[in-house]
Amino acid sequence: MRGRVLALEPFVAPAAPQPALHELFWAFLLIGCTAFGGAMFWAQRVLVRRRRWLRPEEFADLLGLCQFLPGPNVINLATVLGEGYRGLPGVAAALMGLLIVPMLIVTAIAALYARFGGLGLVHGVFAGIASSAAGLALALAAHVGRPVLRRRPGASLPVITAAFAAVALLRWPVAWTLFALAPVSIALMWRRRP
Amino acid sequence: MTADAVAALARLFASVSLLAFGGTQTVLPEIHREAVVLSRWITDRQFADLYALSQAEPGPNSFIATLIGYQAGGVAGAFVSTMAICLPPAVLAYFVARVWGRIRATAWRAAIQAGLTPVMVGLMAASAYILIRAADHSAAAFALTAATAALAYTTNINPLWAFAVAGALGALGIF
Repeated sequence: MRGRVLALEPFVAPAAPQPALHELFWAFLLIGCTAFGGAMFWAQRVLVRRRRWLRPEEFADLLGLCQFLPGPNVINLATVLGEGYRGLPGVAAALMGLLIVPMLIVTAIAALYARFGGLGLVHGVFAGIASSAAGLALALAAHVGRPVLRRRPGASLPVITAAFAAVALLRWPVAWTLFALAPVSIALMWRRRP
Repeated sequence: MTADAVAALARLFASVSLLAFGGTQTVLPEIHREAVVLSRWITDRQFADLYALSQAEPGPNSFIATLIGYQAGGVAGAFVSTMAICLPPAVLAYFVARVWGRIRATAWRAAIQAGLTPVMVGLMAASAYILIRAADHSAAAFALTAATAALAYTTNINPLWAFAVAGALGALGIF
């Protein structure tokens, strides 16, 4: 039955676990509630190290799939695993587990922010945190960019620069930028593939 | 007005969700354009605040949709925005997972993924640029951004520590 996780086909183990719907729900609830910042780090901890549903190489393969798809990686992960283990009901269990509690917490935080975010001391605290978070965003771009620039500087630097200039400076919509640059970039990578 | 806002939120987040290769970080400029520039649900300053909150709270980073949705359309806006940014990618993932075993090892799949990465990096850099312009209005604020970026780039420190220090400095009225 484990073979239903098509993404994992080559790695299927005969005695692989087959989590029930409620187990899927609770595992993703735990991931959703602990996932500060990067959810995939926590997903790896829960699914590979604690529950042992997946081996590290299986998780790495799933990560490849989730990064290939648009949208939040951890949503894709919950969908793919839920589908693989229990079909559509599994998808529903995993997504509800992942989303419900954080959505309630975040909505409460949003209400508090709407009420108090502009007040003196809180305003100051947010000014600090917002500047710090902008720095994190910069570091994230650098982190993702470094290995690409190192491996294929000739193909990637012009594309990175063009995407930045189009969106940050010319204020193009992201959709135009993506549709204009992605085919060029994919063609460059296709020509230089190993 | 709220019903219109909720419909606009659904359109915005559903459409960016399917463009978000590499996660929500790459479509922040589009969210900013709609929420701050076109519809004026929130100010630049609030955009920077809500982004920071989305990094500091539990759940996927895409919960910035929940935060902006609440500011624009209350509880209904928060719920609809969350669903709009999560469900379209989930539907796509459901179908792609079924054929992933067949396409994973193909050369075109690898070329698409490799080709999308530089575009994503450029978009992430644009997101950072927009956030910096929204958040930093003093030399001290720019210095804090630079210090956090350097720290996060060179170490594996938990961002919540950086936020704690930054928040404390902010409470003193430095920025």
